[in-house]
Amino acid sequence: MSDAGRHPLFLPAVAVGGVVFGFGLGLSRMYRPEVVLRFLQLTDLGLLLVLGGASVVAGLVFAAASATGRTAPLTGREFGKRVKSMDRNVLVGGGIFGVGWGLSGICPGAAYASLGVGNVTILWAVVGMFAGAYLQGVARSSSGEAGRAETEGSA
Amino acid sequence: MVAETLLPNGWVHYLLGGLLIGTGTAVVYLSTGIVAGASTFLESTLSYVSDRSRFQQYRFRASRDWRVVFTLSIAAGGALYGLAFGEFGWTTDVQWWRLLVGGVLVGVGTRLGKGCTSGHGVCGVGSLSETSLVNVATFVGVAVGTAQVVAALGVTP
Repeated sequence: MSDAGRHPLFLPAVAVGGVVFGFGLGLSRMYRPEVVLRFLQLTDLGLLLVLGGASVVAGLVFAAASATGRTAPLTGREFGKRVKSMDRNVLVGGGIFGVGWGLSGICPGAAYASLGVGNVTILWAVVGMFAGAYLQGVARSSSGEAGRAETEGSA
Repeated sequence: MVAETLLPNGWVHYLLGGLLIGTGTAVVYLSTGIVAGASTFLESTLSYVSDRSRFQQYRFRASRDWRVVFTLSIAAGGALYGLAFGEFGWTTDVQWWRLLVGGVLVGVGTRLGKGCTSGHGVCGVGSLSETSLVNVATFVGVAVGTAQVVAALGVTP
């Protein structure tokens, strides 16, 4: 969506949502790579409750809003669900992400929240994530992969 | 007691935290219709500094400003939590090289795979999207295996 005609409450709404999201990452201790690693080492399965609780809330809200057939108040967008096309990249990317997650215990959202808590050490991960995103972008730009029009609002 | 074995550190804060993460997603969604994940920010922000065709796509340029706001707000939410619960200033003991190398792989993998723990994990799973379920099953399975190997090699935490 363009800046032209953007509702004055658009950025505030994004900000409120982000603060609640980040607070949740704090409360659930997901901002601590150690806690994520404990899940991946199968010694504390709490992360399942986090992911379960979050996806149930999101899923119910997506379904309910989509069923109304109405549009979002601040943008006029139609309410829909998150459905991405399936291809090989989904598997390869998921695998590469899995190795990184298993090695470090960090993922993007949790890293941002962790930085907010004052965990300066996590900057290594933030720098790494930008470097990784850049590297894959360079590779895909060079290989002439066109930016396929995917549904917006991706992860 | 099974719960004490599987959840030695309790469960309430995990569940409440998860509900708040879902609520944050819902606030953005109900007001804007946008399903906001956390990893697109990496590429949309790179569009400010790189002319590569991958980053200059409309979907990145058009969303880059609000994604910066979203990310800073997530950090602010973390700060609020830290201050409220006396955990502000906590730092991780995970080695810098693990964070850096892991971070690079997370950057590559989430963007190639079209999402991360919030996009595919929370929103995609919530949408019962087959693509997301496949992606999540893949990254969780691989991550568990990787973490087991790292732990077996004696690297802690």
